[in-house]
Amino acid sequence: MNRKLLLILPLVAFVALTGFFLRGLWLNPREVPSPLIGKAAPGFERPVLHALERSFTPQELRGQVWLLNVWASWCAPCREEHPLFNSLAKAKVVPIVGLNYKDNPDAARKWLVALGDPFLLTVIDADGRVGLDYGVYGVPETFVIDKSGVIRLKHIGPLTQEKLDKTVLPLVRQLQQGG
Amino acid sequence: MRALLVLCLVFLACAAAAYAQVPASPAELERRETAIAAELRCLVCQNQSIAESNADLARDLRQQIREQLKAGKSDAEIRDFMTARYGDFVLYRPPLKAGTVLLWFGPFALLGLGALIAARIVRTRRSSVALSDADRARAAELLGRGREDGA
Repeated sequence: MNRKLLLILPLVAFVALTGFFLRGLWLNPREVPSPLIGKAAPGFERPVLHALERSFTPQELRGQVWLLNVWASWCAPCREEHPLFNSLAKAKVVPIVGLNYKDNPDAARKWLVALGDPFLLTVIDADGRVGLDYGVYGVPETFVIDKSGVIRLKHIGPLTQEKLDKTVLPLVRQLQQGG
Repeated sequence: MRALLVLCLVFLACAAAAYAQVPASPAELERRETAIAAELRCLVCQNQSIAESNADLARDLRQQIREQLKAGKSDAEIRDFMTARYGDFVLYRPPLKAGTVLLWFGPFALLGLGALIAARIVRTRRSSVALSDADRARAAELLGRGREDGA
């Protein structure tokens, strides 16, 4: 009996390994878990794209659940996800702040005119220093920030309708209902 | 004599400590920058370190390392700065903690398991050499016949 068990051990190990590899096939190696989840959103103070004399800090949105979308006019996948934000803004579900990452302000303004502007306001991060503090490495990225200013979710890459409906919006609603 | 020696050593130690306080030379800073960058993974091109990569992000991070070194930060402080933003994933040499125990010791555990199995197989083989009386009788018969044939 013991011997038979020993004989099928390689098969069991093989199946287990195959299971891991199969799972690995469907994982996205670009999605690195962020250490910032559950931590306070890093503070910053940066000019607003459409009102350069005014600057924005995340502190202003304390008490609200909001999204921070990191984008740039040179980023092709940002175009892909943009309609989602447009419809989200139209439905007034949650305020969205744009972080214009390492971009040319003129190009950024033109981009918003052409594709629609879903943002409460857009903040200019010309040198990418704010992006660095948020651990941004692949634009677009989207953060969900709760009422007390804590990062609850980070999505890397273009947001999809599926991810929005299944993960982002339920979380937003839950956070909005909570104290 | 011994007191003199001790005094000498104390002075030497003081001199060394003072030397450590002197701001590092540009060459030394560059060496440290490269050393740190070589141990950080570039997140855009995951199989390269940020020292090797030409990606925009890697350039920004190298710039960041340079600035912090100039500001007098230690290597460990800079690594902490990076892991606070990008997680342990940026380190090519991940720290030993609960989440990484399997990563560090998994291979050794597998090796141990293999050795255990090998030892078991060897032991069972050795004991299976034991022959029953019937086996012995048959062997003797065969061997006896062989001798007769050869004779």
